[in-house]
Amino acid sequence: MARILVDADKCQGYGQCCYEAPAIFTLIDAPVTYVADVDESLRDDAERAADACPVQAITVE
Amino acid sequence: MGEVVIVGGGLGALRTAESLRSAGHSGPITVVGDELFPPYNRPPLSKDALLDGIDMARLEFRRRPSVDDVTWRLGRRVVAADLSSGTITLDDGTLLKADGLVVASGIRPRRLPLAGPAEGRFALRTAADAEQIRSRLTPGSHVLIMGAGFIGCEVAATARRLGCEVTVVALDDEPMIRPLGAQVGAAMRRRHEREGVRFRLGHTIDSFHGDEQVRSASLSDGSELPADVVVEAVGSVTNTEWLDGNALDLSDGVLVDSAMRIVGSAMPAVAVGDVARHPNALFGNVPYRVEHWSIPTETGRRAGRTLAAQLSGDDPDTGPFTALPSFWSDQYDISLQSFGMPGLATRLEVVDGSLDEPCIIEYRDDDGLVGVVGIDRTSDLTGYRTRLQDRAIV
Ligand SMILES: Cc1cc2nc3c(=O)[nH]c(=O)nc-3n(C[C@H](O)[C@H](O)[C@H](O)COP(=O)(O)OP(=O)(O)OC[C@H]3O[C@@H](n4cnc5c(N)ncnc54)[C@H](O)[C@@H]3O)c2cc1C
Ligand code: SF4
Repeated sequence: MARILVDADKCQGYGQCCYEAPAIFTLIDAPVTYVADVDESLRDDAERAADACPVQAITVE
Repeated sequence: MGEVVIVGGGLGALRTAESLRSAGHSGPITVVGDELFPPYNRPPLSKDALLDGIDMARLEFRRRPSVDDVTWRLGRRVVAADLSSGTITLDDGTLLKADGLVVASGIRPRRLPLAGPAEGRFALRTAADAEQIRSRLTPGSHVLIMGAGFIGCEVAATARRLGCEVTVVALDDEPMIRPLGAQVGAAMRRRHEREGVRFRLGHTIDSFHGDEQVRSASLSDGSELPADVVVEAVGSVTNTEWLDGNALDLSDGVLVDSAMRIVGSAMPAVAVGDVARHPNALFGNVPYRVEHWSIPTETGRRAGRTLAAQLSGDDPDTGPFTALPSFWSDQYDISLQSFGMPGLATRLEVVDGSLDEPCIIEYRDDDGLVGVVGIDRTSDLTGYRTRLQDRAIV
């Protein structure tokens, strides 16, 4: 299991995370909505999303 | 396993180190960076950090645990490199031996050799620059911005919000004309003008006046403008002087192939980020340098895998590089987002909304869509990403 956390205060709604990991993140309005616990097979996507977030709002554990 | 030296301590350096580790490179990695801070986020330096204050703890990038054992030599500058022997020379005379080299030294602002006092003239690249500029942006002060690109326009917006009197002087006909085109640039100008920014387009600055501190500037048409603070945002120079003498193509950054390998290097060496002139199969494989935040991550990921393979004697993946460039800019409460290379377009079309309101603009060349820009429509661009990604000529 990978655990995702988005800092809602930081999130600006750029939506970059949704392009990298559409299975985890969905943007309608900031802050983004997301699945908090995802299968290990999605860890790579989650880390790409964390890398792509311009305000570094995403943590993957 | 081999030792890797990474030159430059920014985002590209960090992402390449992380990629080396995830690709299985377990040998020593040393990063040499001439700033005093570990890699931090630059875009806020013209936006919220310039507005609210610079908090390094907030700007610093999170680093993956896999790079905990990397040696950071910060506050040190690389002055030379000999790629035939793998020797890197630092400014204190230290010599580092490398089996693999990563060029991640980025760019610096271009400075113009103008007559007059130097005090009060700034360029913005680092947190230290932003700190200095911020301390001068007091309400009522006259701020003169040279250059109407993204950084110039973002600083103009922030300075306005801080209550400064702001004038932008630029040779271009409209702000951000190269990346966005004249029509969209004009719409952005009108938004700035509504906020109280003045533009003197089609002009340059001839000289500055004042004793030690700048007080005013003379324009090319002979007029004079008051100026307490000058921010020069007139383009960039690549940080490649330290690579001179290695017979590399350094005509515009460092030329690399689709695997980010430096063309003509005598040792395993890659380049990433703002300094790397890389081909992209989405745009005809013509090598371009792209100064977007997404590029250090995309090129760094590829370069780390390439170098890890080379150092363990394997063939790197030489397939096409197809990362879609993406860019955003925040000015006042306007958020602009771009995908692809709108600057390559020969025509554009507003397809949704109108230029003075939230809208989507399509950019095309003879072969079709090359880019898309959304103004306050950032969540609606998903379909375009897929269409642009399909351009790849593989
Ligand atoms: C004010 C500002 C606002 C921006 N806003 C946006 C934005 O809104 N959206 C967007 O997409 N992009 C934006 N960018 C661009 C983005 O920040 C860059 O594309 C990105 O930082 C490039 O990363 P890099 O690692 O290639 O280079 P850099 O971050 O420049 O890192 C290179 C590092 O190497 C160091 N160095 C250079 N030469 C040597 C040497 N010889 N020895 C040792 N160290 C050396 C430099 O000092 C620097 O620390 C902005 C940039 C700035 C400056
Ligand atoms: S990329 Fe970052 S800022 Fe953008 S929506 Fe995702 S979490 Fe929020």
